[in-house]
Amino acid sequence: MTDTTTRQAVIAVLVENEAGVLARVIGLFSGRGYNIDSLTVAPVDETKNLSRITIVTSGTAMVIEQIKAQLDRLVPVHKVADLTLEGPHIAREMAMIKVAGTGERRVEALRIADAFRARVVDATTESFVFEMTGATDKLDAFVNLMRPLGLVEVSRTGVAAIARGPRGI
Amino acid sequence: MSASDQASGQFSGQLSGAEIVLRALKDQGVDVIFGYPGGAVLPIYDALFQQNAIRHILVRHEQAAVHAAEGYARSTGKVGVVLVTSGPGATNAVTGLVDALMDSIPVVCLTGQVPTHLIGNDAFQEADTTGITRPATKHNYLVKNVADVGRVVHEAFYVARSGRPGPVVIDLPKDVLINKGRYEGRPEAPHRSYRPVTEPDPAAIAKAVAMMKAAKRPVIYAGGGVINSGPEASRLLTELVHLTGFPCTNTLMGLGAFPASDRQFLGMLGMHGTYEANLAMHGCDVMVNIGARFDDRVTGRLRDFSPNSLKIHADIDPSSINKNVRVDCAIIGDAARVLSALIAAWKADGTRPDTGALAAWWRQIDLWRARDCLRFRQATDAGAIIKPQYAIQRLYERALALGKDTFITTEVGQHQMWAAQYWKFERPNRWMTSGGLGTMGYGLPAAMGVQIAHPEALVIDIAGEASILMNIQEMSTLAQYRLPVKVFILNNEYMGMVRQWQELLHGGRYSESYSAALPDFVKLAESFHAVGLRATKVGELDDVIEEMLAVDRPVIADISVDPKENCFPMIPSGAAHNEMILGPDDAAPQGAAGPGVTEEGMVLV
Repeated sequence: MTDTTTRQAVIAVLVENEAGVLARVIGLFSGRGYNIDSLTVAPVDETKNLSRITIVTSGTAMVIEQIKAQLDRLVPVHKVADLTLEGPHIAREMAMIKVAGTGERRVEALRIADAFRARVVDATTESFVFEMTGATDKLDAFVNLMRPLGLVEVSRTGVAAIARGPRGI
Repeated sequence: MSASDQASGQFSGQLSGAEIVLRALKDQGVDVIFGYPGGAVLPIYDALFQQNAIRHILVRHEQAAVHAAEGYARSTGKVGVVLVTSGPGATNAVTGLVDALMDSIPVVCLTGQVPTHLIGNDAFQEADTTGITRPATKHNYLVKNVADVGRVVHEAFYVARSGRPGPVVIDLPKDVLINKGRYEGRPEAPHRSYRPVTEPDPAAIAKAVAMMKAAKRPVIYAGGGVINSGPEASRLLTELVHLTGFPCTNTLMGLGAFPASDRQFLGMLGMHGTYEANLAMHGCDVMVNIGARFDDRVTGRLRDFSPNSLKIHADIDPSSINKNVRVDCAIIGDAARVLSALIAAWKADGTRPDTGALAAWWRQIDLWRARDCLRFRQATDAGAIIKPQYAIQRLYERALALGKDTFITTEVGQHQMWAAQYWKFERPNRWMTSGGLGTMGYGLPAAMGVQIAHPEALVIDIAGEASILMNIQEMSTLAQYRLPVKVFILNNEYMGMVRQWQELLHGGRYSESYSAALPDFVKLAESFHAVGLRATKVGELDDVIEEMLAVDRPVIADISVDPKENCFPMIPSGAAHNEMILGPDDAAPQGAAGPGVTEEGMVLV
């Protein structure tokens, strides 16, 4: 009866930019036991006072439907869109990756960064900070390559996503 | 208009935040609020003192204020209003708020807060009220500017009563209540983001009617959403049931939505529902759910819930659809509008229903009915011990004979289920019980709220001796406002439902479920200026009931009942509908395997 295969969903939520709105969304996920793989939020429309939350979550089809319905009934939520279901979309995140090392490892890090089109945004004689934007798995791959080359720390934004084509959500 | 109103109004048109709160409440048609004062809300209490439009009922505990507001709301269809102070005032209200959330009761709760400049400083009686109540409410507000007070109060009422109703908290810092601002009146513009769908999609209605017309073994399963939609929804439900000839069962929250005396009524369904209702749900081929939410007490083991039916689910809350049970036809909308659309579409559709199959279905249902699952055996000699079912039945019969508009509230436990089983509700809004949260201590304050709303009505809290002690302090409120609420205690000296589960599932180890050191309820009643009555054997029961109903004062009737009685039928937790346990007096042969035995082969069509 119930389909147990899980899928990942990228959900865009347009909310009133007001105090507590993020707490409502996060509380909904923790209170009902849903997963958050990634969550980003920022104001997107000052005149209409709107913020946009992008949530990457996973669950069975029934759970994903439930998540969207639960989000939609929060009072300050204007719109909920399942970008994964509603046609093609672009999902990107940005990361800053600090790598420390000298000699061969340093050269190798720089070469790989170049291949991944990561930009150097800070450098010392013994370290780099790379900035990189891309799909989550590309960032994952880069971070994994940096691990043996002196990876110090990573700061990632989480996923921002938007549908392809002329129409908004 | 109060003196201070006039004084401030004369010079500037400016009102204090507290005055704005009261003006907005008045504009919302509020005539009574349930509350308890404290430091942070003193400005509102001061403004209350200087006006006459709104009556304040002083409770004895903030939890009771919310339950009273729930009773008021559920018996009137209006929004219940609560006023409590910051810190412990707000935290005490939380149980009531969650209760209202689970049962979809519209309540607006005003909480005091420390002044804005002290928020976050761990000030005296400070609590993060919006943080604590976020998952306990439908929505909440912290008002930081007096300019927002009026708008927020109006919005809170809109949110509380619209869509699926629920509790809303407005947290009001003390400086915001004191500062002066303008009151702009009720806003005209629609809410920016919250606009629930109430009108059903015609395509969904057409699909549902096609499924209903093709049904051979249909059942209509109606819940609290029909009550919340207003009395018109109950009238339309009755019309639809009569029009279709389908059997109808109600959830605990839906009792009264369809007249219990109607031949097409199967009684309540679920864990302690009737044999016929549960087997009809199990064996049906088309299920029409109107305003119920497939609660686990109703469905039992999900995988075996009504395995061979097409399911239609009408609900105002889209998140209720496919939450527990996957359905074949979803209708989003207000119950009354859905019902009226279904009736119109049924009439317009030329397809003839399969009346032969329906007649056979009714014959099967009548066989199930003939099991008489609510039968109990009451010894008739005057000295016999009182069966709890008999006590409720006698109370029902005597109240019915009295002919007064009667409202029943309950606490939580065995007595609650017996009340649901043996009281025959003919009309909506007459039954107030804590369904979703199962809050012991709900019934007395809820009865208080009902009696405030209906001063002439007969209001009875059917209680257990354990539950009643959870909010017994409200006897004092009854005395203060001369509310003639009748508290009818089925006293079995046990937390009966806990004892029942311990008997059935924990080897009869009655761990901590005995009600030791009980008070003398007669003396307790008298100490609260009420009338105390007691019946310990069958011969005394009728006299006690008669006297209780005759007295125009609050009464506690302490009815000693059989401590060993269990509440049947029972679907054990996690079992399926056709694995019901019937009572010891059931005449028909039960399977050899004892409790939980499947009778599927014997009883299903």
